[in-house]
Amino acid sequence: MVMTETHVEAEEAAEHVPHQKLVIFAWSGDLDKVWPTLILATSGAAMGMQTTVFFTFWGLFPLVKDEVRITGENWMQKLLSTMDRPGLEHLKLGKMNFAGAGPAMMRKLAKEHHVASPTELIELAKDLGVKLVPCQMTMDLLGLTSEDLIDGLGEPTGATTALLEAQDAVALFI
Amino acid sequence: MSTTIAKRLDLKGLACPLPIARTAQGIRELRSGELIEALATDPGSVPDFAAWCRATGNELVEQREDGGVYRFLIRKK
Repeated sequence: MVMTETHVEAEEAAEHVPHQKLVIFAWSGDLDKVWPTLILATSGAAMGMQTTVFFTFWGLFPLVKDEVRITGENWMQKLLSTMDRPGLEHLKLGKMNFAGAGPAMMRKLAKEHHVASPTELIELAKDLGVKLVPCQMTMDLLGLTSEDLIDGLGEPTGATTALLEAQDAVALFI
Repeated sequence: MSTTIAKRLDLKGLACPLPIARTAQGIRELRSGELIEALATDPGSVPDFAAWCRATGNELVEQREDGGVYRFLIRKK
């Protein structure tokens, strides 16, 4: 068997916490999906599960730095990022967005109830050792570069690597 | 076995998943057998701490509630 770097890493971690893995396929850029994804990922890592979140398609928007306004190389990619502003602080709700009033109310309620924000949760996830992996294909599709994305992410990979990771894991598609 | 508390965490007011996540972070610096105390007000933390201890192998030595504050005493595996 060819031991790739990812495979060796996975094996080392697996030795540490045997038979306990969590892989989340995060395909959505909606706040109402990204938030629970990050709560589950941090909880999994906190309980010793070797946790990976594979961000693909719209799931990649939350990984774009908040201050990055326009992404992409060609006009279509640029226009897409203008229509749907990327970044964890700018996510919209899938339903009841009401031009941003929905997410604003959710964030206000969350603050009052001391629920960690997505930004806090992603930092927590990194600290707990969650592997945050961007999808290479989506990066190419949207014209995203590593400089557009937040720090502390894993190397971009493809669906096969993510599925290999998920083979002996609890796998969720959110 | 140590009976002194090596670390105390005030997690009052925090909601899921922070009480557990902060405990997981806090217990990292402890040695095996040392005790950590966590105070939380989230009622969901009662089943969650029990589940977390089951999953991690850390021992829930004591758990009690006093005026809406839950106290968890945990011995590191």
